[in-house]
Amino acid sequence: WSRENCVTHDHRLWRRSLVTSQPSLLLRAVQVLSLSKETVLNFYHKMTLLNTMDRILYESQRQGRISFYMTNYGEEGTHIGSAAALEPNDMVFGQYREAGVLMYRGFSLDSFMAQCYANADDLGKGRQMPVHYGSRDLNFVTISSPLATQIPQAVGAAYAIKRENINRAVICYFGEGAASEGDAHAGFNFSATLECPLIFFCRNNGYAISTPTNEQYRGDGIAARGPGYGMLSIRVDGNDVFAVYNATKEARRRAVAENQPFLIEAMTYRIGHHSTSDDSSAYRSVDEVNYWDKQDHPISRLRHYMASRGWWSEDDERAWRKQSRQTVMEVFERAEKRLKPNPELLFTDVYEEMTPALTKQRESLFRHVQQYKEHYPLDLYDKDSH
Amino acid sequence: MAAAARLFLRGAHTKLSISSVSTVPQRHFGPALLKLSPSCDPHTQTQCRHAAHFTFQPDLVPTQYGPTQKMNLFQSITSALDNTLSSDPTAVIFGEDVAFGGVFRCTVGLRDKYGKDRVFNTPLCEQGIVGFGIGVAVAGATAIAEIQFADYIYPAFDQIVNEAAKYRYRSGNLFDCGTLTIRAPWGCVGHGSLYHSQSPEAFFAHCPGIKVVVPRSPVQAKGLLLSCIADKNPCIFFEPKILYRAAVEQVPTEAFTIPLSQAEVVEEGSDVTLIAWGTQVHVMKEVAQMAQEKLGVSCEVIDLRTILPWDVETVCKSVVKTGRLLISHEAPITGGFAAEISSTVQEECFLNLEAPISRVCGYDTPFPHIFEPFYIPDKWKCFEGIKKMINY
Repeated sequence: WSRENCVTHDHRLWRRSLVTSQPSLLLRAVQVLSLSKETVLNFYHKMTLLNTMDRILYESQRQGRISFYMTNYGEEGTHIGSAAALEPNDMVFGQYREAGVLMYRGFSLDSFMAQCYANADDLGKGRQMPVHYGSRDLNFVTISSPLATQIPQAVGAAYAIKRENINRAVICYFGEGAASEGDAHAGFNFSATLECPLIFFCRNNGYAISTPTNEQYRGDGIAARGPGYGMLSIRVDGNDVFAVYNATKEARRRAVAENQPFLIEAMTYRIGHHSTSDDSSAYRSVDEVNYWDKQDHPISRLRHYMASRGWWSEDDERAWRKQSRQTVMEVFERAEKRLKPNPELLFTDVYEEMTPALTKQRESLFRHVQQYKEHYPLDLYDKDSH
Repeated sequence: MAAAARLFLRGAHTKLSISSVSTVPQRHFGPALLKLSPSCDPHTQTQCRHAAHFTFQPDLVPTQYGPTQKMNLFQSITSALDNTLSSDPTAVIFGEDVAFGGVFRCTVGLRDKYGKDRVFNTPLCEQGIVGFGIGVAVAGATAIAEIQFADYIYPAFDQIVNEAAKYRYRSGNLFDCGTLTIRAPWGCVGHGSLYHSQSPEAFFAHCPGIKVVVPRSPVQAKGLLLSCIADKNPCIFFEPKILYRAAVEQVPTEAFTIPLSQAEVVEEGSDVTLIAWGTQVHVMKEVAQMAQEKLGVSCEVIDLRTILPWDVETVCKSVVKTGRLLISHEAPITGGFAAEISSTVQEECFLNLEAPISRVCGYDTPFPHIFEPFYIPDKWKCFEGIKKMINY
C-alpha cells in the first residue's frame, strides 16, 4: 500500500510499457505464494470454464437462442483472484461483469444458463435480462442494470455486518465508468465516514461501452480518488491473478480488523464487446484488442506460470478444453429445452404479499389469455407454479 | 442585526429608517426598539404571518393500546422510534442531523439512549442515505432513513424506484429490502415555499413495490410508522411538518400498529364523500361542518392514510353510498394522486355517481412563497366544490 504500487495508469501508457515486456517479467511483482497446486489449478479451471461458457452463450445470442449476453473476456483474473481471497459468507455486490466470482463460489452452469434462458429453473424467476445473476446461498446479491447503485448499498450492508461483530466483509465491484456516477461518490464518502468493513473493487477495463478512460476522467484513475475520501487504495495489475489475490486478501484482512474501507483498482482490459448489442470495431482497432488478447491475457499468464511450475502440459490443456466444452454444451442443451416459468410469476414478489389490486389484475390477465389463447405462447411456459 | 433587517423588510409599505438599534438578545427584540423616523406610521397595516389554514382536530383518546401521554406529532415519532430501538436490536436510524435530535426534533434523546452506532449522522447526500439504507436492509437489519425534507428526496429517486421497489421482484425473492423505512417531513407549513412545502406522494404512487403512507395526527403517526417499520416492504412515511408542533393528542406510550392500506372513515355521512390525507384531513373535517351548517349537506370524511397500495374498497363503498366524491390535496392537480382515485372510482362506481368527481388541489405551479394563502386548497375552495356538486 505504498506509493510504489500506484503508477500512472493512463491505459495507453500502461499498454506501451508492457509491449516491451516478456510475459515472465510481468510476474516479477508476484510474491512467493503459499497457494497449493490444487488451488492454482482450480483458478485456471474456473477462468477457462468461464471463458468457455462465455463463448457458447455469446454464440447462442447471435443465433437467437437467448436475448442478450455479456462476456467477461480478459477480466477473468480480476474475478477469480478476488473471489479466492474472500470467505464464502462475505457479501458480494456486483455490477454485471463479475460472473467469475459466482463461478468460483460454485454457482452451477445450470444456474447460469437457467438465468440466461429465463427458464423455470431460474432462481430469479425469469424476471431479468441475461447475466443478472443472484444467489442467496452464495451471498451474491442479484445484479441490477442501473450502474453504481450497488455502491452505497454495499456500504450499508457492511455497516450492518460490522454491528454483528463477526468475521464477515463486503466486496463491491464496479467498472471505471460506473465510478463516475454520483452513487459512487456517495458510497466512497459514506464508507469512510461510517467506518465500514468493505472492499471497493474497481475493474478498470479501459472502456465504458465506447467511452475510453480519457473521456471518463482526467485524474489519476479511480485509485487516486480514495485518499480524497480518507480511504486507502491500491492499484494492481488486474491480469495478474496472484496480484489481485494478494491485494484482495490483505484488503479483506484489514477491512475486518480495522473497520475501514479499501479501494482496489485492478487494471485490465475488456477484450470482448460491451455486450451482444455492441460491435466494438466501431470505436477501437482490432490491433489494440489483439494486443491484450495475445500479449497480456490473464488466462495465458496463469498458464505460463503453471507450465513453468510443471503443473500443466499441452496434453492437460487439450483434455481440459475438450472436457469443459462438452460439459458446457450438455448444460446448454438442457437449459434450452426447459420450459419458461409459469406466467403467474409475473405478479408475485412485487410486495412480500399479494395485494388486492394485483390479484385483480392477475385474474384479468388470465381471463384474457383464456379467451385469446391462440395469440399467446402458452406452450413455452410451465403449467405449474412453484 | 439580521433580525433587525427582517423586521425592517416586513413593513414593506412604509419607508422606514433606523436611527438606532440596540443590541439586545433576540427574544426581547420588538418593534418598539426600532427608533423610527417621524415620516413612518407604526400603525400602518404590517403583514402578519398568515394564520394556519386549518385547525387540528384531535381524535378521541385511544384506550385499546395501554397508557397514553400527551405528545405532539414529533414526539409521537420519537416515541415510535424509541419503541423500535428498544425492541429490535438491529434497528438503526440515520440521515442528516439526526444525531443531535434532528431539525424537527424527531430523534431527540435517542443517540444518548441507544448509542452512536445506532443513531448517527450521514454525509449530506440523499442518494447515499437511501442507498445505504437499502444495503442495511438487504443485510437483514432494520433501517430507518431520514430525508430532511420531502422536497430533497429526488436525488434518491433512482435508489427508491429502480432499486428498493424492485429488489424482491427482480431477484425472484432471493433478496429484499423490506426492513427499510424512509421518513421525510412533508407538506405546506405557511412559509415553506418551493423547497420546504412539497407533497411528492404522486411521484412514488406510480412505483409498484414500495408503500407510501401519510398520517394525520400523532396517534396515527405512531401507529402507522410502527406498521411501516414492521412491514416487510420498503416504505416511505411522509410526516406533515405543519403538524409537528400544532397537533397534540394523548398517544399510547407502548408500541402499537395501525394497519397499512386501510383508509379510515373519520366521519360518517350520506351526501358527499370527502377524501384527503395528512393535514388536509383537518381541512376536510371543517368543510364537512361548514357543509352541514350552511348547506344541510352530510359529508363522509375519509382519511386515505396509505397512498400506495390504496384502499379502493373503502373509498368505493363510500361513493356507492353518497354518489358524490371530492378529493383534495396540496400537491399540484395535474397528475396528482386525486387523479388516480378519480379514475378508479369512475370505473368502479360510474352508475352511482350523481355528479362529476371533484378535485380541489394545488395549482400547476411550483409551491409559491408569498402566494401560499391563494395556492392552497383551503376550506372555502373545498366548500365551493361541494356546492357545485350538490347543485349539479
